[in-house]
Amino acid sequence: MSLKTRRDFLKSGVNTAVALAMGGAAGFVVGKSGKGDLVWQLDPNICIQCENCATNCVLPESAVKCVHSYSMCGYCDLCSGYLEPGAKSRDTGAENQLCPTGAIKRTFIEDPYFEYEIDEKLCIGCGKCIKGCGAFGNGSLYLQVKHDRCVNCNECSIARSCPSNAFRRVPAETPYILRGEEADRYSAQI
Amino acid sequence: MTRHLRFILIAFAVLSTAAAPEPIQRFPKPDFESGYERPIMQTPASRALTLEYLDVVVLIAALSLASYFVLKKRSRRYLFVLMLFSLIYFGFWRKGCVCSVGSVQNVVLAMFSNSYAIPLTVVAFFLLPLVFTLFFGRTFCAAVCPLGAAQDIFILKPKSLPGWLNETLSLIPYLYLGLSVLFAATGAGFLICRYDPFVGFFRFGASFDMILFGAFLLLLGTVVARPYCRFLCPYGVLLNWMSQLSRKHLSITPAECINCRLCEASCPFDAIKMPTAKSNEKKEQNTRRLALLLVLTPLVMALSGWAGSLLHVPLSRGHFTVALAEEIRLEDTGQRTERTDETDVFRATGKSTALLYEEARQIQRQFRTGGWLLGGFLGLIFCLKMIKLAIPSEQSLYEANRGTCLSCGRCLSYCPVGKEGVDVERIPQG
Repeated sequence: MSLKTRRDFLKSGVNTAVALAMGGAAGFVVGKSGKGDLVWQLDPNICIQCENCATNCVLPESAVKCVHSYSMCGYCDLCSGYLEPGAKSRDTGAENQLCPTGAIKRTFIEDPYFEYEIDEKLCIGCGKCIKGCGAFGNGSLYLQVKHDRCVNCNECSIARSCPSNAFRRVPAETPYILRGEEADRYSAQI
Repeated sequence: MTRHLRFILIAFAVLSTAAAPEPIQRFPKPDFESGYERPIMQTPASRALTLEYLDVVVLIAALSLASYFVLKKRSRRYLFVLMLFSLIYFGFWRKGCVCSVGSVQNVVLAMFSNSYAIPLTVVAFFLLPLVFTLFFGRTFCAAVCPLGAAQDIFILKPKSLPGWLNETLSLIPYLYLGLSVLFAATGAGFLICRYDPFVGFFRFGASFDMILFGAFLLLLGTVVARPYCRFLCPYGVLLNWMSQLSRKHLSITPAECINCRLCEASCPFDAIKMPTAKSNEKKEQNTRRLALLLVLTPLVMALSGWAGSLLHVPLSRGHFTVALAEEIRLEDTGQRTERTDETDVFRATGKSTALLYEEARQIQRQFRTGGWLLGGFLGLIFCLKMIKLAIPSEQSLYEANRGTCLSCGRCLSYCPVGKEGVDVERIPQG
């Protein structure tokens, strides 16, 4: 850049000064930065199953799904997460199921135990089963942001509408907040 | 008796889950005799960090290419292809997040919050376009920003806006930037992301309002080119500043401008400075006006700062804690009978209302300070604009307006001046 006039000289000086100032600001911000990335996750111990997760995600199909901690499950015949309160019979009849989309699969294992499996494709993340399981069962069902689905918006729109402030940014290497043995196994992996 | 016991147990269970649903092992873990193995919960990993770094590499490559195409290659065609690539990569593939426009808020949050460790990739997305603009002009806007690209392909019949309207509307980004910084700094949220008009298209899913707003801007963009970039984009404010100081910048002619007027109507963004007629206004009159403006500036700043501070109560309601405190107060004073999920959760935690009110008051104080600063900043911007208008410009050639020029390269092909000389064929006769 040839410096023809005094104005050019001044401008070049300001340009350099701004570049240096930006370098300084960058240093300050980098000093406050973390190594890895951050992703959104909800704390199941704060979640109140308000059903906002089902409708407030920016994706047409919510990235929040019900997960099942098999290590905590009682495998009950009378499952309060599976059956509608006051259900006429304990079977797989749609009228007896709590889940609005029939996303929980009930399989007989051995007397008197039943396995409950979440069909993630059908689950809408409403949390109805979680309310039931938490109220009368072991709390083995709970909601989590599934990171193969979540697009990690800069401001999570479910987090913004969460009445209990259960969402927070967590390190991308440990993107789940789990319960029970899963939590121990998970932290051991890391 | 057992029935009563069960009722009490259930009631206790319901109450305790409403408060803090910590899991309670009510039923023992079964011992299976059939050799049944418990399945393992699937926890798919989040996007790999290497992919995040790849985004930064692609960003650097795109910025370098865009600068090369603008300054050396001087080709709109190459820029257009690169722009389409950016739209696909940063828009549809990366789903628009995180973008440089929104990263302003992450940087502000990192500065003011002790708990937020901003990822390095986000810092890169914030800084790189600014650095490139400081050296080469707004080449980021030209062909890298996916929001700009989405609007650019909808420019069909751009109309020139009257000067007064253009200047007035271009004040909005300062307000938007100021508010976004205030909200990010106080931890109230990310306004830019909340009202992003195009990210919904990138994800193929959005709220109705967002689709409506985005479609409106694209439709408007057919006649008013790139309305978001020019009259809303908060990051554009920073890019404008950097571009005014840039070392190099797109020049319409590769050599000397011959004032042929061919490029006059080529810019859809009204970003070409045209030769001005000599003002026959007396110099004294002008000097007096300028002096008056300089004296008025601090007064306007103080006044608008004060006005900004008055807005701290309504503005602070955008913060979760303040809104919650307000709800609790309404319920406690009996002005509202219906309880909300938010207040239910708060009451279940057993935290004292006094503590909540104190927190809310502290946030309101931050908003008051922020309101002063925001108002003062906007007052300053307004006065600077007036001062700029009051200084008579001595423009003798056609030149890009460094601040508002988006380096899109449309004007380049209109110029008949080549490196070897003037292409006489292209100059209209008569």
